[in-house]
Amino acid sequence: MREKGASFPTGSKLSLREINKSFSKDGSPLAVLLDISLFASQGEFISILGPSGCGKSTLFNVIAGLVQRDGGIISIEYREVDSGLGNIAYMQQKDLLFPWRTILQNVLLGPEISRGVHKGTRREAVDLMKRVGLGGFEGNYPAELSIGMRQRAALVRTLLFHKDILLLDEPFGALDAMTRSVMQRILLGLWMDYGKTILLVTHDVEEALLLSDRIYVLTARPATIKGEINVDIPRPRKVTDSSFVDLKGILLDMLQGEIERVFT
Amino acid sequence: MTKRLLYPAILLILFVIFWELMVWQFQVPHYILPAPSRILRTLAVQQSLLFHHTLITLEEIIAGFLLAFVVGVGLAFLMFQFPVLEKSFYPIVIGSQTIPVFAIAPLLVLWFGYGLSSKVVMAALIVFFPIVVNTLDGLKGADSDEVNLLRILKANRWQILWKVRVPSALPFIFSGCKIGISVSTIGAIIGEWVGSKEGLGYLMLHANAQLQISLIFASLIYLTILGVGLFYLVVFMERWVMPWKRLSEVR
Repeated sequence: MREKGASFPTGSKLSLREINKSFSKDGSPLAVLLDISLFASQGEFISILGPSGCGKSTLFNVIAGLVQRDGGIISIEYREVDSGLGNIAYMQQKDLLFPWRTILQNVLLGPEISRGVHKGTRREAVDLMKRVGLGGFEGNYPAELSIGMRQRAALVRTLLFHKDILLLDEPFGALDAMTRSVMQRILLGLWMDYGKTILLVTHDVEEALLLSDRIYVLTARPATIKGEINVDIPRPRKVTDSSFVDLKGILLDMLQGEIERVFT
Repeated sequence: MTKRLLYPAILLILFVIFWELMVWQFQVPHYILPAPSRILRTLAVQQSLLFHHTLITLEEIIAGFLLAFVVGVGLAFLMFQFPVLEKSFYPIVIGSQTIPVFAIAPLLVLWFGYGLSSKVVMAALIVFFPIVVNTLDGLKGADSDEVNLLRILKANRWQILWKVRVPSALPFIFSGCKIGISVSTIGAIIGEWVGSKEGLGYLMLHANAQLQISLIFASLIYLTILGVGLFYLVVFMERWVMPWKRLSEVR
């Protein structure tokens, strides 16, 4: 376990240094992100774990370039950038499928905006849909699909943004436990095959442990990095493995204090 | 659909029977209130006359509606794209609604003449407002997360407008159209009342002057059919343009 402020390897796929962000609330500034530094190596699966409302989504919006940061440096592949805009794909808890588009049209949104849809991208989309169990639903509208299927379509759309870095903001938060575990398996499979670098925001300790290589734990607002944990458990992982249970205990301890801070 | 229409149809038939009986019972003169049977006869006898004037009114309504649609949707887009236009136009558009179109009808006839154009303008003025307001609301009402999804893809503002804002505004635009088409008949008829040589409004005034009250009722029936028909034409187009809409309503 590394403590806050520890130096991290350079040359990572994505790195943040001392990101700060505050919003103004009733005229006075409200700090949301405080000196957030983290990195993700090429192909790494990172989870960011924190209590609800701690500013995880703001962090993603800053990385994505949807929200201006007050200070700090974002680098992608050695290079300092204004934001991740154009280099990242983003997925939220809401599937954000457009109701007026069929599922195939929805998942092809990325190629359509950036460089036009070719026969190849269409075939890729159909193959991916088949792989996540959406084969045959190409022509259906989102309203005809279950929540779990819609979320799978959103995942396919995110992959088809064709970006190396995926930011997943509690993508399975609205799903029931069984659907969620199916989605986690699908996500892991796709991650292994596509070699994407993934940052997953979650408040679910088990989800973070099941999926990630490393976990950053955030404090309650203003969010700072409380600690970082390496998950050296071979996949596929089981929640009953002793090492899993140990790490879960450590993580829960780290979170416990923060959760209490939220409620006092 | 058929079940829903059953009760109002029964009520309507009962009312017509009651009307017929009352006219007979009290010997009401036909130039005060004609019996339904007499109106039916007028409908049959004056068929071609009614049809001719209905076509004129239909023409005015459709032209007026299309004019209002093009100008209204266009202005709403401009106001959305350029906030300074919204700040200048919107209060005036709202304020103009306090002037009853009835009050300026004589002026419109003076400016645009006795022919088709004054009625078209009149209908357009009435239809314009619900279309502008609804379109603007629809464009503004797009889900900000959906817009952000396109921003992350580095979409330009036209792509965001065309791929997110316009589709999300469509239900609002159609609501405006439905309100607009329902009130469009008012504009056309008033225009014809103030000054015209043709149309159902003209026919009604003419019949009134000659105490042909059954012809007024016959005109009213045509006008009603016209209004309902146009309304369902818009509803039909809405379903055709937005096939996904019915799916979302089911859920």
